[in-house]
Amino acid sequence: MCLAIPMEIKSIEDNVARVEVGGVKSQVRLDIIDEPAEVGDFVIVHAGFALRRIDRVEGLETLKLFQEGLGLELIK
Amino acid sequence: MNLLNKFKDPKLCLNILEQIKSDLQEEFRFMEVCGTHTVAIFQSGIRSLLPEKIIHLSGPGCPVCVTHDREIAAYLALSEKNLVIATFGDLIKVPGPGGKNLKMAQAEGAIINIVYSAFDALQMAMENPDRKVVFLGVGFETTAPTVAAVIKMAKEQEVRNFFVLTMHKLVPPALKALAADKEIRVDGLLLPGHVSTIIGLEPYKFLAEEYNMPSVIGGFEPLDILQSILIMIRQKNESRAVVVNNYKRVVSDQGNTRAMEVMHDVFEVSDALWRGLGTIPDSGLVLRKEYSDFDASLVFDQELPEVEEVVGCKCGEVLKGLISPDNCPLFDTRCTPAKPVGPCMVSTEGSCAAYHKYRL
Repeated sequence: MCLAIPMEIKSIEDNVARVEVGGVKSQVRLDIIDEPAEVGDFVIVHAGFALRRIDRVEGLETLKLFQEGLGLELIK
Repeated sequence: MNLLNKFKDPKLCLNILEQIKSDLQEEFRFMEVCGTHTVAIFQSGIRSLLPEKIIHLSGPGCPVCVTHDREIAAYLALSEKNLVIATFGDLIKVPGPGGKNLKMAQAEGAIINIVYSAFDALQMAMENPDRKVVFLGVGFETTAPTVAAVIKMAKEQEVRNFFVLTMHKLVPPALKALAADKEIRVDGLLLPGHVSTIIGLEPYKFLAEEYNMPSVIGGFEPLDILQSILIMIRQKNESRAVVVNNYKRVVSDQGNTRAMEVMHDVFEVSDALWRGLGTIPDSGLVLRKEYSDFDASLVFDQELPEVEEVVGCKCGEVLKGLISPDNCPLFDTRCTPAKPVGPCMVSTEGSCAAYHKYRL
């Protein structure tokens, strides 16, 4: 039930963003996202709300770690 | 480069799988507690690729599956009170006492509407001021802030015909109950990615500190899942336990503080009933006093009815990872996705339904 989909923001009006992924268009509310999202950002969408902006830098960093066969960053 | 597709890259996946195979020393039992993980692990084929010594257990990770019979009886009773029921589609076929579900209630004349968002239910109430609309609030920390945000809107806009029956549940208290249960044998926990988007890393720390349980917040792509399994196995090999955030592109260590604030503005923590696990202290959310006008259980005087347990249904033991779905005497006999007896079979994210659909 916690299924959440990454979708790209196409436009923003007030507290509502028009989002799209793979040709599917939808509207999501921005009431509970914790940092301002902008057009072109990917957000994680759940039950009509954007939960968080996807951090592209972190994503690329994780991939880099995978590729280097490291990937162990532990939180003490 | 499409970042998200990269997390499905077969070559990288096989690389991690090889590392898992070479690091694995003994039987390793890991539990996930998220229905989306359940489905992803089956659907991606990971389950069939993992060595036999790695045992995958599906814990209480689907809010529909852990909804208690008494809660189901309560919303079915509400549906008979001349109200408009708005619900996520997930609940429609969940059988309550006597096998009755919302679909049957609808056939008998109850007004049941499926919505994608709690916000749609609020709009329905605003468009139909002469009807009373009750939204069925199920879901973990991922969903609860969205419902809280909608209740706040309803209060601000003075909508008087919108109500919520809250059955929301919290993940960390259930993990605590599982970790403390001596019956349950789990070597590592794959923590739910999207619940963690909201709550962050802190609420899980007790798992490592008090229960010495390797625990990894993981995403839902094959690479995310395999990497998380590898981290758990390495921790076990080194006889240490830490909580690792392995889904940093979506989860920040501090979580989504704004969503948490909205959730705690509207809800307060209370004890809750979980199917299979019983009452778990401080594991549920109820509406705060300031929002009691929106509380369907108070406004319509709907307590949790006493119900008889379904004989033979082993959902409880499946949810604790004590038995696999095909060890339930009802599995694929009396209980199938077309005619489910227990919620683990009815929810597409339930472990019985996933087992039925994907097992080899």
